[in-house]
Amino acid sequence: MIENLHLLINVFLLAFLVLIVFAAINTNNLFVATMLFGIFSFVTALLFLDLDAVDVAFTEAAVGAGFTTVLMLSALRLTGAFENVKHRQSVLGLFIVVLTGAALIYGTADFPRMGDPNSAVHLNLAPEFIQLTQEKIDIPNVVTAVLASFRGYDTFGETVVVFSAGVAVLLLLGMGQVEPKKEPEQNVVLRIVVKPIIALILIFGLYVQFHGDFGAGGGFQAGVIFASAFILYSLVFGESYTRKVIPAAILPRLAALGVLIYGVTGLASLLFDKPFLDYNALSSNPVSGQHTGILLVEAGVGLAVFATVLLIFYSFSGVNHNE
Amino acid sequence: MIIISLLSDFCLLIGGIFTLTGAVGLLRLPNFYTRLHAASVTESLAAPLLIIGIILDTGFTLDSAKLIIIIIIMVVSSPTITHALCRAAAHGGYAPDMQKKKQRQADNRAKEPK
Repeated sequence: MIENLHLLINVFLLAFLVLIVFAAINTNNLFVATMLFGIFSFVTALLFLDLDAVDVAFTEAAVGAGFTTVLMLSALRLTGAFENVKHRQSVLGLFIVVLTGAALIYGTADFPRMGDPNSAVHLNLAPEFIQLTQEKIDIPNVVTAVLASFRGYDTFGETVVVFSAGVAVLLLLGMGQVEPKKEPEQNVVLRIVVKPIIALILIFGLYVQFHGDFGAGGGFQAGVIFASAFILYSLVFGESYTRKVIPAAILPRLAALGVLIYGVTGLASLLFDKPFLDYNALSSNPVSGQHTGILLVEAGVGLAVFATVLLIFYSFSGVNHNE
Repeated sequence: MIIISLLSDFCLLIGGIFTLTGAVGLLRLPNFYTRLHAASVTESLAAPLLIIGIILDTGFTLDSAKLIIIIIIMVVSSPTITHALCRAAAHGGYAPDMQKKKQRQADNRAKEPK
């Protein structure tokens, strides 16, 4: 019964994904397409949740559905809402798409069946990670242990990628400026409701940041959630006030500081004759050293992501001087 | 106990009916504002009722405390979202077509056989 229910939910969600994609291709209204892709991300998050990948679902919902949608809407303000329709159909394009699709479908034939206990993933690395997490790191959430400690190099790379994305947007668009007149009209209902909700979002962001060792969450999600509180504030109360709370000029510094915290945590272990990012060196007791390391690294990730997200939002939504 | 079980069934039933009404309204109603009205019924009334029904059915645990917080956030936020959407539509120059409705009524009256 439960098996069938799972199958039913999966089929329903996957069919929904296909429908959303077709609807998004068919419409030439870019606002509608953006919203459809937001829904797509939410449905993907549900699929991840169904696969028990709570951390991934969390990131997908926060980044894919929340932040990307806001960014796309800000970008649409610069470009206009409708697609330039060209009714030119290319046979070559169709051929390439069909070929790529066929190759991908052919590739799935080599996949192990979903949930197969004998597949390569479940035989080699996963049991080792689960065992070592208990022995060496001693935190309940294996995902955080893998992300911040076992593959700390990769996460460092990801943080640098996020930072360089922010720098690239900054170079292309500049910081943007706010025209004092162009504030949104003050709306009593929105202001009253949003005020306490912003406080809740900020608290939730901190919870996700520091509770990542025990439950779903961590620096990436917390950074986006924290930034979304500021984005909400600037949408309802006006961007010039947000820029008074967090001036655009300090955001690149904050993002760089986040990456720096991560890097310095890695370098600190070099001082004690241990490999880069080996947190065992950070304390006399290896396990508490791991705890300190993960806390610092997650703080760096959270700071970098928060600053980058807010920076990109400022760049897109502000009035650009070099238009 | 049977009262709680009945209450839970009642909440689930009413929630289901409201969800269905919202879905039908979203598909069948003629313009943006009426469709938004139908959708907001699903969000602000049906979903909390369904969650209350589930809480009553499973008994009070830590999970239901979390669900109650979700209900509070939903009840506060979804009417606000509807309000913001409606306002944005009105500001964007999407007027409710009252004129057409009057016109329609007049047309219908003219069509009626005397």
